Order: sequence, then C-alpha cells, then structure tokens
Amino acid sequence: MPSETILLLGVNHKSTPLEIREQLALSSGYEEPLRALKRIEGVREYYLLSTCNRVEIMVTARDEAQVVKELSRFLFGDALSPEQYEKYLYCYRNEEAIHHLFLVAASLDSMIVGEAQILGQLKEAYRWAAAEKCTGPVLNKLLHKAFSVAKRVRSETCIGSSAVSISYAAIELAKKIFGSLENKRVLLIGAGEMAELAAEHLVGNGAREVVVANRTLERALNLAKRFNGRAVGLDELFDQLEQVDIIISSTGAPNIILHKEDVKPLMRNRRNKPLFFIDIAVPRDLDPALNDLNNVYLYDIDDLNNVVELNKAERDKEAVKAKRIVDEEALKFKDWLAGLAITPTISALREKGNQVCRIELERTLPRLTNLSTKERQSVEKMAAAIVSRLLHDPVVFLKSESCKDQSEMKVDLFRSVFGLEKKK
Amino acid sequence: MLNEINYLLFHSVLAVSFVASAVYLVFFFSQREKLRTIGRMILLGSGILQSCYILSRYLIAGYTPITSQHEAVTFFAWSVTWAYLSFRWRYTVKNFGTFVALMVLILLLLAATVSREFSPLAPALQSLWLPVHAGVAVIAYGFLALAFIGGIMYLLQERELKSKRFGFFFSRLPSLDALDQLNSHCLTIGFVFLTLGIITGSVWARQAWGTYWQWDPKETWSLITWFLYAAQIHQRLTAGWRGKRAAVMAIVGFSSVIFTLWGVTYLLGGVHSYAQ
Repeated sequence: MPSETILLLGVNHKSTPLEIREQLALSSGYEEPLRALKRIEGVREYYLLSTCNRVEIMVTARDEAQVVKELSRFLFGDALSPEQYEKYLYCYRNEEAIHHLFLVAASLDSMIVGEAQILGQLKEAYRWAAAEKCTGPVLNKLLHKAFSVAKRVRSETCIGSSAVSISYAAIELAKKIFGSLENKRVLLIGAGEMAELAAEHLVGNGAREVVVANRTLERALNLAKRFNGRAVGLDELFDQLEQVDIIISSTGAPNIILHKEDVKPLMRNRRNKPLFFIDIAVPRDLDPALNDLNNVYLYDIDDLNNVVELNKAERDKEAVKAKRIVDEEALKFKDWLAGLAITPTISALREKGNQVCRIELERTLPRLTNLSTKERQSVEKMAAAIVSRLLHDPVVFLKSESCKDQSEMKVDLFRSVFGLEKKK
Repeated sequence: MLNEINYLLFHSVLAVSFVASAVYLVFFFSQREKLRTIGRMILLGSGILQSCYILSRYLIAGYTPITSQHEAVTFFAWSVTWAYLSFRWRYTVKNFGTFVALMVLILLLLAATVSREFSPLAPALQSLWLPVHAGVAVIAYGFLALAFIGGIMYLLQERELKSKRFGFFFSRLPSLDALDQLNSHCLTIGFVFLTLGIITGSVWARQAWGTYWQWDPKETWSLITWFLYAAQIHQRLTAGWRGKRAAVMAIVGFSSVIFTLWGVTYLLGGVHSYAQ
C-alpha cells in the first residue's frame, strides 16, 4: 500500500444521468478499452467494469494524481471537459476503493439492491481483464475476495430473496402457486410493453410457451415471434384459457373483458388446474371477482405494487446486515494489504542479515586455520543464530498491530534505521 | 431390568422428540438451513428410539403392543415419524418437517398422559392377525396424518395468496403445487393401507367371530372414513378435484380417522375398545 495506491474511478446510476453515461467511450466490449488502459503511464494492475448502470475502473498505480487525470480523460473521452465531468465522477482510494468494490459486488450499490446480475457482470469483467493479463497479485486477490464477500452476503442475509420489481413479484407469486414454471403456458392479452417484459421474465424462468392474443393480429404476430410463440385473435380467448396457466392482461379496453362467469365453467374442463391472472391494465381488464373462484388467483397492478413495497421494506432491513459484512471484510482486506506492504521489507531485512553474516564469516574463517569441519560449522551456525536472534524482535514489531494505521511511516522509519534501500 | 429400560426409553423418546420440535421451530422462525438438517437428524433419532421403545414393550408383553390406548398412540406417532422419513427420502416439501415434528410430539405427549400399564391380552386378540391388521391400519393413519398436515399447510398458504397479505407463512411455506402433490401422494398410500386394514380386519373377524362384518362401531367408522377418502380419490381422478377442496377433504377425512381412533372407544364402545 505505501508505494502503490489502489484507485477506483467511475460513474454510476446515482451520480450520473443516463444521457451522460451513454456518451462514455467504453460502450462496446472490454478488449479495446483494456488495451487502451495498458498504455497509461504509471498504472500497474487494472480492470474495468462496464454495465448499463455503471462504468468503473480499478487500478493500482504509483503516481496517483497523474493517473487519476489520465483515467478520467480515458473514461470520458472527448465528450465532456474536466469541469463538466468533475461532478459526475467519483474517485476512491485504498480502503474506500476496496469498500466500494465490495459494496458493488454485494449488490448494495445497484439500482435494484440485492439483484444478482451484478455479480455475474463483475465476474465477466474480471475474466476479460485476466485474459488480457491486466490484473496482478493485488487485484486478483481483491476481486476474488469481492466474489466471496458477495457470496457471504447472499447466504447470510435475505437481501436477494425478495422481489422488488413488478415482474419479479409476478414470478415470485407464480412460483408459490405452481412450484416451478417449467412447462407452464403463458397467455398475453394485449401486446403492451409491460406484458412483454413480464413474459420475458416468465420465459427466462422456464415457462414453455407464450400465446399472444391481441385486437390487431399483426402486433400479436410480431410479439409472438419474439418468444417463438403463437398469435391468436381475441375471439379465441376462451379456448386458450383452457390450455394456459398464466395470463397477463394489458389491453387498453375501457371495460372488463373477462368476467367471473366466463371463467367458472372453464375450470371443469381444466380439471381445476390453477389459473394465475395478472392484470396490469389501467383501467382493469379482469373482473376482480375472479379471485373468488377456487384455484384461480388474480393480482392487479396495485396488488403487485404492494408486494414490491413490502419486499422493499424487508430488503432495506437486510441491507443493513449486508453493509456490516462488507465493512468487516473490507477491514480484513486492508490488513492483508498492510501485511503485503511489509513483506518486502521483512525479506530485505533478512537478506541484509544473511549478507552481513556471510561477509563476516568470509573474513574470519580463513584466519582460523586449525578448525575441524565440525567446529567450522558450529561457528557458522552461531553467526546465523546471532543474526536471526537480533532480527526477531524488529520483525515482530513490524508485524504487530500496534501502529497498523501508520504502516507506511513505520516501514519508512524501519528501513532508515536498518539502512535498507528506499522502496521503489 | 427390561421394565426400567422400557421406562427410560419412553422418556428419552419424549425428550428427543421435544428437542427435535424445538430445533425445527427455531429453524422455522430463523430459516437457518443448518438447523433443519440438525432437526431432521434428531427426528430420525426419535424415530429409532420409538422403534426401540415399541420393541421393548413387545419383549415385555410378548405380543404386539398395540392394544392399549398408550400403545396405539405411540404406534401412531411412530408411524407418522417413519411415514415422514420415508416420504422425505424421495420428495422435499419446504418446512414440512416442522409441522410433522410438532404432530409427533403432540401424539407422544398424549401417549404420556394415559396409563402405561401392561394388561393381559384378551383371548380373541391372541392371533397373528393382530400385528398384521393393527400394523397396516397404523401405517395408513401415518400417511393420512401427513396428508392432513399438508392440507393445513395448503389452507394457510392459500389464504395468504388469496388475501394478498403476505405475512409470516408466505415465504416459509412451500408452493401450492408441492402441497397438492403431497396430498395426492400421501392419500394414495394411506388409502391403500386403509383398504388393506379393513380387509385384514374382516378376514380376522371371520376367523375369530365367524362373520366378516358385525357393525361394531369401530368397523362402521372405519368404513365411513374409507368412504370419505374413496370419494375424494375418485373425485380427484375423474373431476380433477384438487387444491383447496382436496386439502379440506384431507382434513375432514383425518378428523374421521381421529374419531375412529379415540371417539369410538370413549363414546361408543365395542370389541375394538382399548384395554383399560
């Protein structure tokens, strides 16, 4: 840590509006920007994370001020002048940088706190950086630690367990009804954007088929094509209701399009297999009384929002626990770094001790001509023992916790006292 | 000597089952996975101890210990425990174990309150049919009890989903589908054994009393129970009865089982009454 600083620069969804993030130079792939980073003077290890919500660069570097300037220019390219981007950019050093990385990995800095995607993105970013041989001992260790912190947060808190968007809430409910979504059929009534998003999530969770029913068949066809599904006319609705399991309704119809009395007789033909209606249209498409039917579950947009709100409150509580884990792990990592900082000093000291020992032995032994081999060895051993005895206490002092925070000062002082060369 | 062992065994069964329930309950509230594994191990221990206890009673009495109130209830608890463990071996139903452990504990506590005396076996019961008939019936009760527990869990979870107010149980209970399958699975096995129980009973009755069926209150109630379950299985197969209705039926059927087990003895009497 003393000679090299860990720097983290970046912008995220909190600090920077989308319009600015869009202009950042690194929108496509990792390869090219990583190579560009290599050309920046003073940077030793580096890695780059780019998602739709954040772009972050992490480096270990010697000449801090210069590197920060270079990196910001690299981030923003020619899109913005330094005065403009100053207010968007955040820049963390050492402990702060470690802490921030852990927060990101644990999904505590995400737009939807607790979502699992970020860890995958982080891993991918690291894979790229490792493939290009951009990372070294410090960043390798740091990133692996970040992954394990994320894992720990996930297993020790419930931060990822609750759904905090409407689509996720719908999935969570569907899973509580159907167990798994494998082989379940989805019917979209109306081809709106929300319905599309929800269907996407359902398919992502294993739903087998998507059927789209729409007033205009053309739109239905287009949407159905996206999911490899079928399109049907609205007049075929009742036939379809016998086949499907999950219905997402989002038409612009002014009145209710499906009444309790319409669905009730269908249940017999369905052999009472459960039906899950999701009504995201305003005004509502589906008769609220549907929920009274056996094995029929109806959720409208307000119900789903309630689920989301409930989960958010729950999740905020979990986030406090998760932050504590991150704090703890960041401290541990700091200790590891401090240890890393003194390792070269300790080995330099030992080296110096051995050297002194060797020189003195070479000077003395030739003069002691009448020594037997065994006696010679004893003398050598004694010299080595004196040196290591003498160095024992200083090394213990260096490793001690006593002044961990001033480790840099301590190491410098130590080096002067023992006449070790200044660190590069 | 054997008597002391027998006494000690029953108390260790009680203690171990109590610990199992406690661990499961803590798990149910805290949702710490580790506790569940521990709870299951302890429940398995309880199942083994229960087997030992029943065996020791067998050795002391010299006949299958299922003729007194205490013995029948202990056997019932044993059957629920092993039915669950055998079920758990193939399927996982989230947090099912907590409910089962509680039910086993309640049964054992009931068994602890009644007399544990050994009483001589009535001449009519001295037959190889006793272990066969009673054993088969008790296994049936074990699985029907599981279906009952599944039914209660279903109703709890369904209420959360229908009312859209997600409280304590929502995240802790499994999906409706899993509970419905549990219901179907346990009911099928339970029903087969129940049928076998009635058949073996009537064959035995033919040998002992010369008639297959004598409308003893317990026989009548077993038949009522049998019809309740038969109707439910029939409806599931033909009309696709499932979900809430199946859950309610499992609970109704089990109430009939309980009445057959206790109510008949206390209220109606008859040849099946337990030795007092």
